[in-house]
Amino acid sequence: MIKSSLRDRFALARNVACALLLLAAAPAKAADEKIDPEADRRALQAFFFAKFPNVAKDDFGNGPYAVNAEMRKQWKEIMEFPPYELALDEGHAEWEKPFANGKHYADCFDNKGEGVRQTYPRFIAETGQVETLEGAINRCRVENGEKPLDPMTGVMASLAAVMSESSRGKPFAIAIPDDPRALAAYERGKEFFYSRKGQLGVSCASCHMSPAGERMRGDILAPALGILAAMPIYRSDWGSMGTSIRRISTCSSQTRAVPLKPDDEDYRNVEYFLSYMSNGIPIVGPGTRP
Amino acid sequence: MIRAIFFAAGLAILSLPALAATQAEAEAAIAAAQAAESAAVAAKAAWTTTETALTQARKALADGKWDEAIAAANEALAQAKLSVEQANEQKASWRNAVFR
Ligand code: HEC
Repeated sequence: MIKSSLRDRFALARNVACALLLLAAAPAKAADEKIDPEADRRALQAFFFAKFPNVAKDDFGNGPYAVNAEMRKQWKEIMEFPPYELALDEGHAEWEKPFANGKHYADCFDNKGEGVRQTYPRFIAETGQVETLEGAINRCRVENGEKPLDPMTGVMASLAAVMSESSRGKPFAIAIPDDPRALAAYERGKEFFYSRKGQLGVSCASCHMSPAGERMRGDILAPALGILAAMPIYRSDWGSMGTSIRRISTCSSQTRAVPLKPDDEDYRNVEYFLSYMSNGIPIVGPGTRP
Repeated sequence: MIRAIFFAAGLAILSLPALAATQAEAEAAIAAAQAAESAAVAAKAAWTTTETALTQARKALADGKWDEAIAAANEALAQAKLSVEQANEQKASWRNAVFR
C-alpha cells in the first residue's frame, strides 16, 4: 500500500512538474479573463457535438448509453422494468403527504413543482449562493418544521425522481442572474471542474471531457454535456438510488480525494456550472446506470 | 583489527537506544500528521490515501509497533503536505486546463 502510494506520489510530482512547465510556457492567460458563461457553453457543446457526430442532441443526457452502442442494447433490456419505478412510487406518496403543518412540497415550488427541475440549481439572491434541487427540497422541509433528509439517497432521491419525471423532455434552462455573486459562483464551479484533485491528481475534466465515451475499468465515461440530465439514478453498483451529489461524491472518492460535505458550496457550484453547460439538453431523469 | 571490531560493536550498542523508536515518538509523529491532515481537510484538499496511512499509523500504535507507526505517520504527513501543495498549485494553474 505504502509502496504503491509512493509510486503514485512520484507520478503526481511528475504531473505537478509538467503543469508548472506548461504554466511557464503559456504566459499567464490573464487571470482577469472575462467570465463569459455563454461563450463557455457554446464552446463546450460544439466540442461534444463534433466529438459525437452521431449522438442526437436530445440524447446526451443518457450518458454512457448515448455514446456506446453495446451499452445501449443492454439499456433497452433494463428499461423494460426500470429499476427506479419503486423510487417513483415512494416519491409520489411522499410528495402527496402533507407536512405536520398541513402544507405540501408543492407549496414551496414554482408551478407546484411540476416541470421545474430543469431550472435547478438556482442562484438565490438572499443567500448569495447556489441552491440545488435537493437543497430546495430540504429548505422546503425545514421551513415547514420538518427535519432535512439525507441529500444523497433514500426519500430525497425519490422526491428528486418525481420532480425529474415531470420535467422529462424539458431542456435545461439554468439562469445566471446579472449579479456578480452569481457569476463568481459559476466561475468557482468551473474552477472546481478543471482543478486536479485527489492523490491521483485528476480533475472532473480529465475523465469527462476528452476521454468521454472511452472505457474506464468496467464503465463508459459519460460526456460532461448533459451529465446531470438523468439524475437521480438507480445504479446497480449501489443497489439503490442516488442523487447528483451522491454521484459527484463517488467521483471525488475515485480520484482518492476525501469527498466534501454533500451540501458543500464547491459541489453546489460545480452542479451550477455543469447544468449551465447543458442548457438546451433535455432532462431524461430519473435514470438507470450499471 | 580486533580493536576496530570492538569499537564498531560498541558504537552500535551505544546508538541502539537512539534507533529504537519510543511510544512517545510514535504519538508525536501521529499528532503531527493529524494536524497536517486537518489543515488539508480545512483547505478541501485532503486525500483518502493520507487518511488510510493515518489509520495504519494508529493501528500500529495500538499494537505497540512504534517504528511502523512512525513510518506510516510520516507517510501521512508527507501526503497531507503534498495535497495542500496540489490545491495551491491548482489555484494558479487550473485555467490552463480549460477546454477552449
Ligand atoms: C477517474 C475518472 C473520473 C473523474 C476524475 C471523475 N469522474 Fe465522474 N464518472 C466517472 C465514472 C467511471 C463514472 C460512471 C460512468 C459514467 O457514467 O461516466 C462517472 C460518472 C459521473 C456522473 C454521472 C454520469 C451519468 O450519466 O450517469 C457525473 C454527474 C459525474 N461523473 C461527475 C463528475 C464530477 C463533477 C467530477 C469531478 C469532481 C467527476 N465526475 C470526476 C469517472 C470519473
